[in-house]
Amino acid sequence: MPTEILMPALSPTMEEGKLAKWLVKEGQAIKPGDIIAEIETDKATMEVEAVDEGKVAKLLVSEGTEGVKVNTPIALLDGEGAGASPSPRASASPASAPTARGEGPPKASAPSASAPRPLPADVRGEAMAGAETASQTMREALRDAMAEEMRRDKDVFLMGEEVAQYQGAYKVSQGLLDEFGPRRVIDTPITEQGFAGIGVGAGMAGLKPIVEFMTWNFAMQAIDQIINSAAKTLYMSGGQLGCPIVFRGPNGAAARVAAQHSQCFSAWYAHIPGLKVVAPSNPADAKGLLKAAIRDPNPVLVLENEILYGSSGPVPKGEWIVPIGKARIARTGSHVTIVSFSRGMHYALEAAAELARNGIEAEVIDLRSLRPLDLDTIIASVKKTNRLVTVEEAWPVCSVGSEICAQVAMQAFDYLDAPPVKISGADVPMPYAANLERLALPSSAQVVEAVKSVLYV
Amino acid sequence: MSRPNGQQKTPHFSRDQELKAYREMLLIRRFEEKAGQLYGMGLIGGFCHLYIGQEAVVVGMQMAIEEGDQVITTYRDHGHMLACGMDPKGVMAELTGRRGGYSKGKGGSMHMFSKEKNFYGGHGIVGANVPLGAGIAFANAYRGNGRVCLTYFGDGAANQGQVYESFNMAKLWKLPVVFIIENNKYAMGTSIERSAATTDFSQRGRSFDIPGEQVDGMDVRAVKDAGDRVVKWVRAGNGPYILEMLTYRYRGHSMSDPAKYRTREEVQKMREEHDPIEQVRRRLLDGKLVDEDAMKTIDADIRSIVNGAAEFAQHDPEPDESELWTDVLLPA
Repeated sequence: MPTEILMPALSPTMEEGKLAKWLVKEGQAIKPGDIIAEIETDKATMEVEAVDEGKVAKLLVSEGTEGVKVNTPIALLDGEGAGASPSPRASASPASAPTARGEGPPKASAPSASAPRPLPADVRGEAMAGAETASQTMREALRDAMAEEMRRDKDVFLMGEEVAQYQGAYKVSQGLLDEFGPRRVIDTPITEQGFAGIGVGAGMAGLKPIVEFMTWNFAMQAIDQIINSAAKTLYMSGGQLGCPIVFRGPNGAAARVAAQHSQCFSAWYAHIPGLKVVAPSNPADAKGLLKAAIRDPNPVLVLENEILYGSSGPVPKGEWIVPIGKARIARTGSHVTIVSFSRGMHYALEAAAELARNGIEAEVIDLRSLRPLDLDTIIASVKKTNRLVTVEEAWPVCSVGSEICAQVAMQAFDYLDAPPVKISGADVPMPYAANLERLALPSSAQVVEAVKSVLYV
Repeated sequence: MSRPNGQQKTPHFSRDQELKAYREMLLIRRFEEKAGQLYGMGLIGGFCHLYIGQEAVVVGMQMAIEEGDQVITTYRDHGHMLACGMDPKGVMAELTGRRGGYSKGKGGSMHMFSKEKNFYGGHGIVGANVPLGAGIAFANAYRGNGRVCLTYFGDGAANQGQVYESFNMAKLWKLPVVFIIENNKYAMGTSIERSAATTDFSQRGRSFDIPGEQVDGMDVRAVKDAGDRVVKWVRAGNGPYILEMLTYRYRGHSMSDPAKYRTREEVQKMREEHDPIEQVRRRLLDGKLVDEDAMKTIDADIRSIVNGAAEFAQHDPEPDESELWTDVLLPA
């Protein structure tokens, strides 16, 4: 009985890929460990190894086919002589075992709410109106932001784990080593506290480092350098010694990587005077905010999002800077104000689209910057709509949403027609199981319900 | 290139060098005594870590570097600032939290900086200044400016993980940094024997192939000699080097430390037999390089500088209340 070889998922966020090349022919005998095919995603090319022994009975997907969904049968293996291992699923695995640090933490089995989707049209900024744009992924937009700023200023350099030769654990720094060389694109050892401190020291000495954390989870090793050294020195020196540095990397929930690799640090850093914190939701903002961050003379933290790296959107051509500290009204509406950032914007906009079908027009505000927080835009909107829902993936206690609810209560209490509602991640460490993980994260359905509750409908 | 070899015989100082070292060390000693006094009067608040006893380390090293080389240290930093040429008035006024202090009164004893004098602080988290120093050296290497960064820390910090992360990258990238471990034998109240698995800190770089040597940190001549050799070697692009300065602090860890973890006799013995300032004073007088009157003139001069600083620090106004909100961020 033939065994199906399935299209493997090579990363937690992969939903489909290109079957780039077959390395075996029909009729060929293979054994476990043989490399049978090459698969390309937007991040990388990976080799697929055979898991079972047998003869290739049929290649079901031809070479060069794009958009092959994960778990699609791509070949049949004749089980004759293969022993009794008729494993119909998972007959292939990526050759290079993903690690907890690499671009492939344990692979996603279920296409949960984690896949990069094209952005709703209205994620695009009003500020872009009229500008000529090109579609890019967030990953490409971030890369271009760094490349442009490195061309512009010789003092800008990038350091971090796997940023150079590996081209970035999440492929954000792809091509930078080739263009700028090892002096300016520097692979570090896995020592977050050490290289964060070296970055801060270099910044104090006048360079403009971009320090990439493979993920913000690992930056907890370095949080002392970020807060005690980078954020405070200007103040402690009476204004003499600043630190123009950018710390960046993916933040927030990833997919199926469990508690230590899946969490949002927005509130942690938004709490700290002396820092600026941005969290883009779309490629245009990612590019514009990162460029602004690199030019800023202060320490700026860019909280990116792994799930969004592969999402595409229009990015203005040419010089494009998004000012730090300015929120964007992503969608205008008069019935309710929804405030969110980063991936939360996707739940918010999906919910807004659903609500619009029922005649409820939500105003959706993308914070873009978490520190400084653009309270003026939020308050003005709440004064118009009289209702507030905040959406974020982070834990609920002392979150960005908590701060917004508090500020609105203090500054616009008389304008509220209902108590604000805060949608957040569940107040638990991130579980691994797919169903529990879904329950731990917010959803557009929750946002829809929250809006209905503040509208009493 | 071969490594700098340890000096066998005690190096000689010229009369001018002896006088310079004497003046600089005495300034630190008198300044710190005055700071202790002002602390006792309630004019200096919070933490105040005095450098008394360790003066030869920073003065000797400062005599070994060039204009433009950088210095960064921990919170026992008053001596380093004075040795870097920072104004005693500005340092003392920072201790009293006044507007004329180097950080406008916002940093205090542990946090002062001078861009002009290439002094990068003044850092309060044990060990955290070590990667910062390596980072300053990284900037030197990036720019190819030929500068060397002296990165000071104590025997206590030498057990921190980030120190070794810094050693690794400094060696890997051949950064122009001298790691100076001021071993005063006590990490706050815990002796090195009770806190360190190996107490020869000069060899703490062995895993990274960073050479190191122990130096008599009570003899300013030995410090300068080691500094001369090592700074030259580091400047030549050979990567980092570790100097372990064997030294001693006479006072407690901070002003609130009763120093019950060591005997009075131990302290007394160091003061009487190894005092860095007394050593120079004896050489100057015994060698008849200067007479008693000249020494008195120097002492009086230093006293007047320190008194002037204390006077300024007591009468300079506190920072304007508007300063609470300044220097948090630079305008973008």
